[in-house]
Amino acid sequence: MKAVVVENVIKTYKTKKDVVEALKGVSFSVDKGEIFGIIGPDGAGKTSLFRILTTVLLADSGSASVDGFDVVKDYKQIRHRIGYMPGKFSLYQDLSVQENLEFFATIFDTTIAENYDLVKEIYQQIEPFKDRKAGQLSGGMKQKLALCCALIHKPSVLFLDEPTTGVDAVSRKEFWEMLHKLKLQGITILVSTAYMDEAGLCDRVALIQKGQLLSVDTTKGVISQFKKPLWAVKASEMFRLMNAIKDDPLVESCYPFGQYHHVVFKTGSDNKTHLEQLAKQGNFKDFEVQAIEPDIEDCFMALMKE
Amino acid sequence: MRMLKFLLQKELRQIIRDPAIIRILFIMPMVQLLILPLAADYEIKNINLGVVDHDHTEYSRKLVNKVIASGYFRLKDDSPTFNQGLKAIELDKTDLILEIPAQFERSLIKENQASLFIAVDAINGVKAGLGGAYLQSIIQDYNQDVRVQWIQYPRYNPQPTIQVTYSDWYNPNMNYRVFMVPGILVMLVTMIGSSFASNNIVREKEMGTIEQINVSPIKKYQFILGKLIPFWMLALTVLTMGLAIARLVYGIVPLGSYFTIYVFAGIYLVAILGLGLLLSTYAQTQQQSMLVSFFVTMIFNLLSGLYTPIESMPGWAQMITKFNPVSYFIEVMRMVMLKGSGLGDIKFQMLAMLGFAVFFNGWAILNYRKRSG
Repeated sequence: MKAVVVENVIKTYKTKKDVVEALKGVSFSVDKGEIFGIIGPDGAGKTSLFRILTTVLLADSGSASVDGFDVVKDYKQIRHRIGYMPGKFSLYQDLSVQENLEFFATIFDTTIAENYDLVKEIYQQIEPFKDRKAGQLSGGMKQKLALCCALIHKPSVLFLDEPTTGVDAVSRKEFWEMLHKLKLQGITILVSTAYMDEAGLCDRVALIQKGQLLSVDTTKGVISQFKKPLWAVKASEMFRLMNAIKDDPLVESCYPFGQYHHVVFKTGSDNKTHLEQLAKQGNFKDFEVQAIEPDIEDCFMALMKE
Repeated sequence: MRMLKFLLQKELRQIIRDPAIIRILFIMPMVQLLILPLAADYEIKNINLGVVDHDHTEYSRKLVNKVIASGYFRLKDDSPTFNQGLKAIELDKTDLILEIPAQFERSLIKENQASLFIAVDAINGVKAGLGGAYLQSIIQDYNQDVRVQWIQYPRYNPQPTIQVTYSDWYNPNMNYRVFMVPGILVMLVTMIGSSFASNNIVREKEMGTIEQINVSPIKKYQFILGKLIPFWMLALTVLTMGLAIARLVYGIVPLGSYFTIYVFAGIYLVAILGLGLLLSTYAQTQQQSMLVSFFVTMIFNLLSGLYTPIESMPGWAQMITKFNPVSYFIEVMRMVMLKGSGLGDIKFQMLAMLGFAVFFNGWAILNYRKRSG
């Protein structure tokens, strides 16, 4: 049995003037014990999807189930089985660390002692501050506490909505390590993120944009779909270089990527010489060009174009 | 049950930790009960009087002295002509002119009658009406004095006269505070009940914590009770403090029992908290809920009979007060405090309040959704 099944879910928000289509018929499924990443830019529909799956939002049409229970009919069962960590830190800032954990244990009808094993490793890191108010914790610690609170009732499916947004690089790394340990305990984890580099840490990813899924596959699978050669170029005048490349009729796309620009051509013949020629014509100094392997972000850029 | 107990514990903890709430809770009743009843007084005193005396005789001086001695008037202006006296009114120096014509004394003695002229600044209707009336009754009294001086009445009055004597029941000294303090207390409890509770729930919306509660298996009624009970207790604490202030500072001891007051207050608070809860289901931000509850309690208070008697409102406004829970509580408070009414006497009000409680809470519960569409 799949842990999460989503079939053709549509959700629109109506404001006075216009209608916003948050989800335009999304379908996918998540296996048990999998870390499933939903990756997309802000406003892609990630949070709407999560809120539908956590039974706090009703979809316009389509069906979804979590742990075999329908999100509309059997929402009561689902609420016992899921853990949800919203994107915004939403614990009680005026309660202490321990009080927050106790509170969330109680509203899920359990106690800290009952499931302490599950959160032990994470909780131990914040235990020295257990009498501190949650509002006074650092970003990374807040996030650990939020994870503890979402885990305290031993959920079978964990929903993490942009858990690493606004968290420093070290804490992000630690956080993903924690998720992998949780996976070993058999918990299915759905995690949404706007950071492409986190995609590689998921077992499978769904790329989502403007309410539509672009691709659902393992990270390797997504990357293997990228067939065309990819070039990284660099010169002293990066902005002028980008404009020059973009103006070329043979170029399909060019976008900044760290220190380099990544360039994809429409056809695959002798691109390197073409680029070098282009640099010579434009008098670019310190020109460098090299062939590179695409990563998930390149795939996302390519899929967005289609 | 364990869950409810824990919810209450969490809620009380948060309330106690919020210094703003505690300060407001203790300072607001103190200030309102110590300042308002003394300041917001219906009795009109210190009316500024202007006198235009064209006569300057013993009788006219006596009249003016009598008016001043009444304690209601202050002599602020003494002008030789009426026009100058009017100027003083225009400058807001005086509220009222008493014009004594020339030959006042002479015509009084010779012709046995004299006329006086009173001009009143009617911008403040209450002050004008009461000031004019006070002055008239003082002049009448003066008239009586003059007659007694001149005519020795026979032992038995040759003409039949009706003498009116009266006694003020329930508030024999016409003490204004006895009437006002219970009303202000009701206003206070209402504000705490409606705005504090609704703000608290909306805060959970703003903080996003309600999202986490919504995905949990916690029941709707548990969440709502967890919110209502702490504020119910808080409002009763404030009521207790208020009653203590009324007793210690103003010496107001209810004729009826405290028990009656608490029973009614208990039901009343359920209704008012229901109203707060209802507001919170519609409001998205604390500002919204604050403004709306401010507006609602303001209307409730003005139409409650606290400041102006309900009986003197126009018919349609009297109908509105029937749908105003505050007016019932003020009525009951005054009944119990001043008349000593018991539970039996306030049956009707209790029933009405139960109706309000069911209505507001029912609507709120129907409208509170753990999930949105």
